[in-house]
Amino acid sequence: MSFLLTQAVPGDPVTANLGQRASEDPDAVAAFRAANGLDKSLPEQYLTYVGNLLTGDFGTSQQTRNPVASDLAEKVPATMELALAAILVAVVLGVGFGIVAALYRDRWPDQVLRVLSLSGVSVPTFWLALIAYYWISFKLDLLPAGGRLSPGAPTPPQVTGFYTVDSLLAGDWATFGDAVSRLVLPALVLASFTVGVLLRFTRAAVLEVLGDEYVRAARAKGLPELTVVRRHVLRPALLSVVTVTGVAFAGLLSGTVLVEQIFGWRGLGAYAYTSALALDLPAIMGVSVVVAVIYILINLVVDLLYGVIDPRLRLS
Amino acid sequence: MTGPDPLLVPAAPLAGDVDVPGAAAAAGEERAARTLTRSPWRRPLAVIGLVVIAAWVLIAVFAPALAPYDPLAQVAPKLLEPSAEHLFGTDNLGRDVLSRVLYGSRLSVPLALLLVVLATVVGTVLGAVAGYFGRWVDGGIMRLTDLVFAFPGIILAMAVTAALGAGLRNAVLALVIVTWPSYARVVRGLVLSTRESDHIQASRLLGASALRTLAVDVRPTVLGPVLVLSALDVGNAVLLLSGLSFLGLGARPPAPEWGAMVSAGAAVFDSWWVGLFPGLAILTVVLAFNFLGDTLRDALDPRTARALRG
Repeated sequence: MSFLLTQAVPGDPVTANLGQRASEDPDAVAAFRAANGLDKSLPEQYLTYVGNLLTGDFGTSQQTRNPVASDLAEKVPATMELALAAILVAVVLGVGFGIVAALYRDRWPDQVLRVLSLSGVSVPTFWLALIAYYWISFKLDLLPAGGRLSPGAPTPPQVTGFYTVDSLLAGDWATFGDAVSRLVLPALVLASFTVGVLLRFTRAAVLEVLGDEYVRAARAKGLPELTVVRRHVLRPALLSVVTVTGVAFAGLLSGTVLVEQIFGWRGLGAYAYTSALALDLPAIMGVSVVVAVIYILINLVVDLLYGVIDPRLRLS
Repeated sequence: MTGPDPLLVPAAPLAGDVDVPGAAAAAGEERAARTLTRSPWRRPLAVIGLVVIAAWVLIAVFAPALAPYDPLAQVAPKLLEPSAEHLFGTDNLGRDVLSRVLYGSRLSVPLALLLVVLATVVGTVLGAVAGYFGRWVDGGIMRLTDLVFAFPGIILAMAVTAALGAGLRNAVLALVIVTWPSYARVVRGLVLSTRESDHIQASRLLGASALRTLAVDVRPTVLGPVLVLSALDVGNAVLLLSGLSFLGLGARPPAPEWGAMVSAGAAVFDSWWVGLFPGLAILTVVLAFNFLGDTLRDALDPRTARALRG
């Protein structure tokens, strides 16, 4: 389906890639079409594409002229490192604050957190990225930003593609510090929206459970409040929070398109953006397939977590 | 859902009078309604939201009178710092940033509202149909939502906009395509949850048509949450539209659109004022809508309403 969608694009990839040359040099156009298989019929192109996909061949990017698979192998770890760091921040802050907000319902911590949560979902990520980069990194010089490592720094030997993990594995503390410090700012910016979402959601979920009769019963039999919250409230409340976290992670991936743009983070988001502008079909398709795979993995993790949280689901 | 609210029953015996429990419950309902209508000052966020939105609407209407300069004209040397003549400075082409920010309200807010209305209508109708009829209708519509959800929203919107050609109208269309499925999912879920309930079954047994059942018996369950969802979504719509413009896929230059202006600000990194002010405009509008939406949700959502009462 995504294949048809990208084929439905009325723009002509030939003119998008060759630009001025396309109108002046018909030979170049023909050569470009032949080289990219664009002279064949649509079903033929589709079959070739799926066939190649099964063998791990995503085709050749018309923009970078590299195989899309190798482009992706380079970009995906960068984005995953950023997105995982951001979701970690978001879950810790969002769920933690959400529980606090629910327990202090309508008192001042709840009011403050409500404004925080609403600000998080209201701030334009691309603007926050720009402001954070300018003030925190450039003006105040508190944290470095821009790229994944200092300019000119050697990349750690590739194992996972996560510079933080790879540098640790190599025992290279200087590179590790560099990679972590450059990860902090983009991850915080990327997490801002998700913190807001998780905060308000956790608050609602905890409040809903707090109103249930078995919580009244648990209190009535004299359990300490902390035990009531930990054993009887959090477990059922977290079930819905886990679902939202899965969805929120998908949202984070969208956010990378904007955040990577500002921070010069050469990942999937930036790649998707340049590919979309150039109507680079193999690259767009490659990104879609990779993201679809990530979604499936997230759903799998969420389903597994359900089983961990709710023992009833393990039986059925 | 008949009978007294269990949370309120103890109130009557404690008060020591002979009220029947039902009366206590009715009093509780009334109290909940009053919490919302009594005094707007008890909900300061909603008041702030309303005031800010009203201010932006006025700015949008009276932009030509309020703006000190022509938003499209080169009126001063480029990249002037904020000063008395140019409160927000001038941009990379020597245009007055304040004037451009004021004029920007004429693009972002109306288009975001349009986007939400379109997505709500499409999503609600398809979701209700899917949930009520089930089987292959449900399967078909839900596969469609899966298809949209399979792409990260902004990547799909980017691809569709790039396909249709960059521009604000196409950006709105692309975002409708991206956002309707969330309405459809919510509505479908709500319809599914009430479809088997007693009052729907009773109505079906009385011979009501599917259309009547949906419009009369299912609607009350669906309407509140959907309106809340739309209200909450206006802010998000502003964000998405300005995001596409930031990427160069929405507003075409020289249109004074906030997202595009932030993008211009990123290009002239040192001149912080070029990007700061249009971003603040986006933030205030989105925050105002979210303040309102949040209050509305508390008021209409039966779950939080119950929590408020209890």
